[in-house]
Amino acid sequence: MANAPAAPNNARQTGTGTSGRAPITARTLRTDAWWAYPASTFTVLLAFVLYSTYAALANRDYYADPYLSPFYSPCLSTNCGAVPGSAGAPHLGWFGNWWIVTPAVLILIFPLGFRLTCYYYRKAYYRSFWLSPPACAVPEPRHRYTGETRFPLILQNIHRYFFYAAVAFNLILTWDAVIAFDFDGHIGIGVGSVVLVINAVLLWMYTLSCHACRHVVGGRINNFSRHPVRYRLWTWVSRINPIHGRLAWASLVWVALTDLYVRLDAAGVLHDPRFV
Amino acid sequence: MSYQLNLRIWRGNATAGDMVDYPVTVEEGEVVLDAVHRVQATLAGDLAVRWNCKAGKCGSCSAEINGRPRLMCMARLSRLPRDAVTLTPLRTFPVIRDLVCDVSFNYRKAQQVPSFTPPTDLAPGEYRMRQADVERSQEFRKCIECWLCQDVCHVIRDHEDNKNAFAGPRFFIRHAELDMHPLDTLDRRTQLREEHGIGLCNITRCCTEVCPADIHITDNAIIPMKERVVDRRYDPLRRLFPNWRHKPQPDGGQP
Repeated sequence: MANAPAAPNNARQTGTGTSGRAPITARTLRTDAWWAYPASTFTVLLAFVLYSTYAALANRDYYADPYLSPFYSPCLSTNCGAVPGSAGAPHLGWFGNWWIVTPAVLILIFPLGFRLTCYYYRKAYYRSFWLSPPACAVPEPRHRYTGETRFPLILQNIHRYFFYAAVAFNLILTWDAVIAFDFDGHIGIGVGSVVLVINAVLLWMYTLSCHACRHVVGGRINNFSRHPVRYRLWTWVSRINPIHGRLAWASLVWVALTDLYVRLDAAGVLHDPRFV
Repeated sequence: MSYQLNLRIWRGNATAGDMVDYPVTVEEGEVVLDAVHRVQATLAGDLAVRWNCKAGKCGSCSAEINGRPRLMCMARLSRLPRDAVTLTPLRTFPVIRDLVCDVSFNYRKAQQVPSFTPPTDLAPGEYRMRQADVERSQEFRKCIECWLCQDVCHVIRDHEDNKNAFAGPRFFIRHAELDMHPLDTLDRRTQLREEHGIGLCNITRCCTEVCPADIHITDNAIIPMKERVVDRRYDPLRRLFPNWRHKPQPDGGQP
């Protein structure tokens, strides 16, 4: 009845093959579809990276009055509005006329950094891109591992600063959602208004359910009874924290769809239907 | 209703071993440990297996079932393939024989975690805390020390050389339990970073996935402790300003 012979001991010095552990040749004995999560995560994240890179570098079709793409908000360069599909785009003008490349690169580093250092996305891309590990009890391909103790991964520890920046960006995108109801001085509602509102809501939910937020509002204290307000805040964040991963995906997909909607509207491919 | 199951059990010791097929009759509603006991009673009387309560409370019968770390007594056969089930010992620790491992690594790490250290001016019996202050730590008391989280953690599973510098998820929740306790006076963050290697954890959440006690190890213990380590070590603002929040209060508690 015996099968699956053991490998010779001198060939088994790393990982589950370390001398002393059960000499089993199979790297994993999992029979379920453990590859499905890393494969689907890889596909969706790669699709987002490709689309957002295109959208950021395109430097056009990001404003269709009154909708501003979240990838270009806030627009810091006075060149905003000077490229096709951006006429009338509001801008802060901090970077003047000399800034000629896409203004998206000035701001995307902050939401990108927030997601890159997010505790949920770390699991997602460590598993799907680094295969570290690809799935539970499935060995990773590398022999050496230092985790988040060395550069560059030690920079994951600045996640809370990206969280602070994300809050600022959410305020701006909330304002964008508010002015999405302003049609030449008249209040109206278009599909784009709804799209931008959903975008702002999802981004707030994702940001406020963040683990750094949970720590900052109250997680770092030990005596909740002496800090009832912070305890209440911590309780609220703790309530939505378990769905942080789902909010991460929903907000990621929706922000791309929001940009796509504004892009198509600005390019004249579709006409924004108005309810009011 | 009974059916025939091909139970493939790894038999051997640290130097050699094989997967051995045992055809065994099992009943609907049984768990893997029932099938193992039947094999032991009828086909392989010398099969080495560690078990105790059969109720998911003692943490003794940890093994890898179809490649996934689980308790044998909590793995229902009805949720596994009906034709064949593979059973191996935990693959992170040295094997002694068959399904029994030497898990003493975990007890050595346990000794390194300083125990609860209350204020010196409070005697046992004088501790007073509100429920809100201790309920966070109570989740971690559910741990049954089955070592499944330790087994599945790739930091030591795939890298034997990390065992010196890494305590593992079970001891991160022990640190969290004590560090979050309102009457504990020790600052455990330095040890957690320098000796127990919390920085090696890359949050892939396998420990949470396998925990039979449903402890949210990653979200409620590891990440909060990582954030506390950031407070002390990596956050420039919190390093610039005095770390008064972690100093013991006059009445012995922490803020």
